[in-house]
Amino acid sequence: MFMIPFLLTLFLPLLSSILLLFVPREKTQAIKISSLVFSLLTFAISLVLFFNFDHSNGGFQFVINTVWIKSLDAGFRIGLDGMSLMLVMLTTFISPIALLASFDSIKKREKEYYIMYMLLQFGMTGVFVALDLFLFYIFWEIILIPMYFIIGLWGGKNRIYAAVKFFIFTVVGSLFMLLAVVWLAYYTGSYILISNPQILLQNPDLLKYYPELSTDSLSLPTFTTNFLLIREASVLIPFDIQKWLFLAFALSFCIKVPLFPLHTWLADAHTEAPTPGSVILAGILLKMGTYGLIRFNLDLFPNAAFEYASIISWLAVIGIVYGALVAMVQTDVKRLVAFSSVSHLGFVVLGIFSMTNEGIQGAIIQMINHGLSTGMLFLCVGIIYERRHTRDIIEFGGLARVMPAFTVFFAIAMLASVGLPGLNGFVGEYLTLLGAFISPVLDSYLYTIIGATGVIFAACYLLLMFQKVMFGEITNPLNQNLSDITKREWVTLVPIVIFIVWIGIYPRTFLSVSESSTRELVIKLENIREGKAMEFPILREAKLNNDISDK
Amino acid sequence: MHNLIVLVPLMPLIGFLISGLFGKYLKNETLIGVIGSGVVFVSLIVTSIIFVNLLSNPIESPIVITVYEWISAGSFSASISYQIDNLSILYSLIVTGVGFLIHVYSIGYMHGDRSFYRFFAYLNLFIFMMLNLVLSSNLLLTFLGWEGVGVCSYLLIGFWYDRKFEGTRIVWTGDAANKAFIVNRIGDFGFLIAMFLVFLNFGTLEYTGYLNQLSDNSSAFYGTGLIAAIALLMFLGCTGKSAQIPLAVWLPDAMAGPTPVSALIHAATMVTAGIYLVARNSVLFSLAPVAMEVVAIIGAFTALFAASIGIVQNDFKKVLAYSTVSQLGYMFLALGVGAFTAGVFHVMTHAFFKGLLFLAAGAVIHSMHEEQDIKKMGGLSKYMPTTYKTFLVATLAIAGIPFFAGFFSKDEILWYAFSEGNIWLWLIGAVTALFTAFYMTRLLMLVFHSKERFDHHKIHPHEAPKVMTIPLIILAFLSAFGGFLGVPYVLGFWFSEHPNWIENWLHPVFQQANIILERPEHHALHIEEYFLMIVSVILAIIGISTAYNWYKSGWEKPKLLVEKFKGIYTLLFKKYLLDEFYFKVIIDPIYNLSAGILWKIADAKIIDGFVNGLAKVTIEFGEIIRKMQSGIAQNYALIMVLGIIVIISFLLLSV
Repeated sequence: MFMIPFLLTLFLPLLSSILLLFVPREKTQAIKISSLVFSLLTFAISLVLFFNFDHSNGGFQFVINTVWIKSLDAGFRIGLDGMSLMLVMLTTFISPIALLASFDSIKKREKEYYIMYMLLQFGMTGVFVALDLFLFYIFWEIILIPMYFIIGLWGGKNRIYAAVKFFIFTVVGSLFMLLAVVWLAYYTGSYILISNPQILLQNPDLLKYYPELSTDSLSLPTFTTNFLLIREASVLIPFDIQKWLFLAFALSFCIKVPLFPLHTWLADAHTEAPTPGSVILAGILLKMGTYGLIRFNLDLFPNAAFEYASIISWLAVIGIVYGALVAMVQTDVKRLVAFSSVSHLGFVVLGIFSMTNEGIQGAIIQMINHGLSTGMLFLCVGIIYERRHTRDIIEFGGLARVMPAFTVFFAIAMLASVGLPGLNGFVGEYLTLLGAFISPVLDSYLYTIIGATGVIFAACYLLLMFQKVMFGEITNPLNQNLSDITKREWVTLVPIVIFIVWIGIYPRTFLSVSESSTRELVIKLENIREGKAMEFPILREAKLNNDISDK
Repeated sequence: MHNLIVLVPLMPLIGFLISGLFGKYLKNETLIGVIGSGVVFVSLIVTSIIFVNLLSNPIESPIVITVYEWISAGSFSASISYQIDNLSILYSLIVTGVGFLIHVYSIGYMHGDRSFYRFFAYLNLFIFMMLNLVLSSNLLLTFLGWEGVGVCSYLLIGFWYDRKFEGTRIVWTGDAANKAFIVNRIGDFGFLIAMFLVFLNFGTLEYTGYLNQLSDNSSAFYGTGLIAAIALLMFLGCTGKSAQIPLAVWLPDAMAGPTPVSALIHAATMVTAGIYLVARNSVLFSLAPVAMEVVAIIGAFTALFAASIGIVQNDFKKVLAYSTVSQLGYMFLALGVGAFTAGVFHVMTHAFFKGLLFLAAGAVIHSMHEEQDIKKMGGLSKYMPTTYKTFLVATLAIAGIPFFAGFFSKDEILWYAFSEGNIWLWLIGAVTALFTAFYMTRLLMLVFHSKERFDHHKIHPHEAPKVMTIPLIILAFLSAFGGFLGVPYVLGFWFSEHPNWIENWLHPVFQQANIILERPEHHALHIEEYFLMIVSVILAIIGISTAYNWYKSGWEKPKLLVEKFKGIYTLLFKKYLLDEFYFKVIIDPIYNLSAGILWKIADAKIIDGFVNGLAKVTIEFGEIIRKMQSGIAQNYALIMVLGIIVIISFLLLSV
């Protein structure tokens, strides 16, 4: 029933990208407007999904399943659970905003830019909806291309270096992921499914996706990239293999997040990318990494996740403090915000690997929060960059006097980023730190105690920067006649502020979306940890059979 | 009836939204001022109605009004909910009452300011946050208020963001604002961890939840490390918000803000939030004797530390700021020895007289064209008679002259420091009282009496307008008579069995803590108490008369003393070099580590070096391999032949 809106949410950007190919390049206005209309339309349609999503259902909804490459059992399989819905909404929400910001900051080769941009939106949405490893991998790689060009063609002085660095880091990660995908697909089909056909045959939820399959186990797929099937089978993967698969996926995702010490591509990419590029990069792209960690690493390889939880959490905590400390000494505003991302994403990863309900819920909301507040910070930096063509902190000072409205927006973005209660950032930071604090997996207060110092440092780097840029007297005559924000800039900032406040004072609207799916995941993790694997719905059948034969 | 409580924080929020969103377009100072003060007045009225209702129908246990569920995930849940009990209502009365007066005063003080509307928006937001802090029924909403008042303080300290301000490594007012916020954040870190510990161990952040669990199993929890840890972490938060050692350094610099802000936030209300938190958690603290001792000792030392600095400062507002730090120390001393009522009572009297002192200071500074240096004042009493008289009342109140407000609360604290603490705590408190009387009289003399040292051509001192003096007069009245709400038994036994109204009022709140601390319900007659009272009055008189003699004519006498005790003077004048110490020992090293090692070496050299090195190795390896593919067929043939020889010889030899 919701197949059409779901498909439109995914494919409208691609359609727009293709249509743009046929628009003459001189008609820049038409290109801009049509991209914006498509992007807004996509957002409007995605709202249909948001409002029709069943909050009490922890499974995947609106699932579409079509066979694509039969011999690989690779399908066009997409669906949404609470977490992916939230991220899809973030994507469809941020995309038109960043697109609108492009109107000011992209002044050359508009046609190519908007083609790339819409392709990017398509890829990002795809990553969050894919329920097939093959499809996921394709979307994951699609993004690389437009992002590479956006940084490399429309970026700052050092753009080529930044673009190549971004590309190589990501590609290294995705190579490992590809290996893992192939191995996982093969192992699931040829080892697990063959010896445990009941996983598929006795599970009506899965079986409906294989209509041609009879009870004849010989026609079971020997190679499958079906995420739903792999998820049921993965508990049976031997621990040694789980560990390798976990590491391969984790490497790829952690580069994307980026987790310390894999973060050095980020500062360059963020700094060199044009404003909308940075907004998309920080706002959405990084979330693909944290999304993958939950979707694949936790859900598919829980035992390995327990094994590596403390190492990854330590890296996350180091990242929180390290990112904040390095941000504190930056002289370039954009670089500062880039390093703050390293710090903020550390909270997300910490929350994820606390493997508690509080922590994961906090991580999901923190992904959204970071998208909003850091995205907005980049927009604000872009606004002053447009006017002065520099990002050096010392070039500014006293802007509050000439740009009063801008000051208010910048201050809100800053305070949200600092984690002030009543604004969005606090909810996420609080829940992730709480999750880590009470986590039986991590089993130590140290993660939270050290992580929480990041909250102090966040105040340091953001407030000091704000003081230097906005307050004081105008000492540089070039800043004397800066104009306050334009109507278009108002339009980009106001929607974000609404959500920053909304999440801050009434986060239930959003927390409740991912509540059920998070709960199911956490229950699964807890059961496995306590050795109650047999309590699984899928394996209940097998257990029942055993009970009968015992009698 | 009790549902009305929601209006109390809601009104200032509405005021904030009106001034914040539309203030720019209203363009009418009176209108903005009336709206800003009006919303607080409504809150005051509603609070008073609830207060009167509580007076006539006392409640056994707190009433909690839940508005909605705020944050919930997994087993964690916290709501926006307000708690009505005698402590929260008393605090709300102070906040809305003093807050309202200061709003009215600000209409006059901020007249003509470019950002008049912004000032009232911030002020309303502050009242909203402060009311959330004190009315909340759980730690998390209190934390929202706690950080919220912090951010309002930040915004208001840096309100005149393009003005300079003098301080250690401070150039602009914004630097002072940053300092306040960041130092407070260090304290908030403690609060945050304390909250996590409470949730982990009690499964709830509701005051009625975990505090009841504690009092129900008080013997099991008494003296445990867990309770001590929670209490000490909370207290870390309090040292930030209430400017105690080691986080006391921000408050004097917070004087960069407009004077009404100093009166409202940095004297009367926000800085007493730490006292509120300890008082609210009195059961928890009383179960942790170690934490109580720490609170008392830190409080006592801060009181003395700040008072001694206050003696030599020459900035009008900074003297008052150090005085505030010192008086807050007094309050913690009271809490630490288990005299919760006395601590809260002092919060109230202090709000009256310190609010008044700051407002009077504001009137003076205003008429002196923003001059704050007391060296450049003098003889103002004849130009500003009302301000002078009210200032005098406040000085007598803070000095502890009998029957003024400060006398009752201060002597109560000193008595408990002696009877429940020890002689040393009392002694520190008594010396502080002497210092307090001294520096306040010094201030009074140098500003209002002595020679006129300002430039008569440029400055024409004048009395403040009515909108400013009326709040002064009301506060002067409260400073003079407010103390009678807490008449100690030794003075009031002849007219009533329970003369101490505030003790009776707060009795239900602190009952459990008093049981744990094994305190008598009401205190009996002690001869020593009269003795201590007389001693402290004598100390106050010594302080006043010494300062009067030294400063009645001007600076000559003290100058000689300064020469004689140069070392001590410099140490005090430079505030024991605490700021410099923090910069050298903590801030600079962190900064150098971040810039020098983490960024330039770890990031650029090690991590990126590794990545770039890897690329380099790949390229060089490629260079080597490339040479083999030279495209010259002879070379390929040669290598082939060599290879065949190797293989054949290997096969032959191995057989």
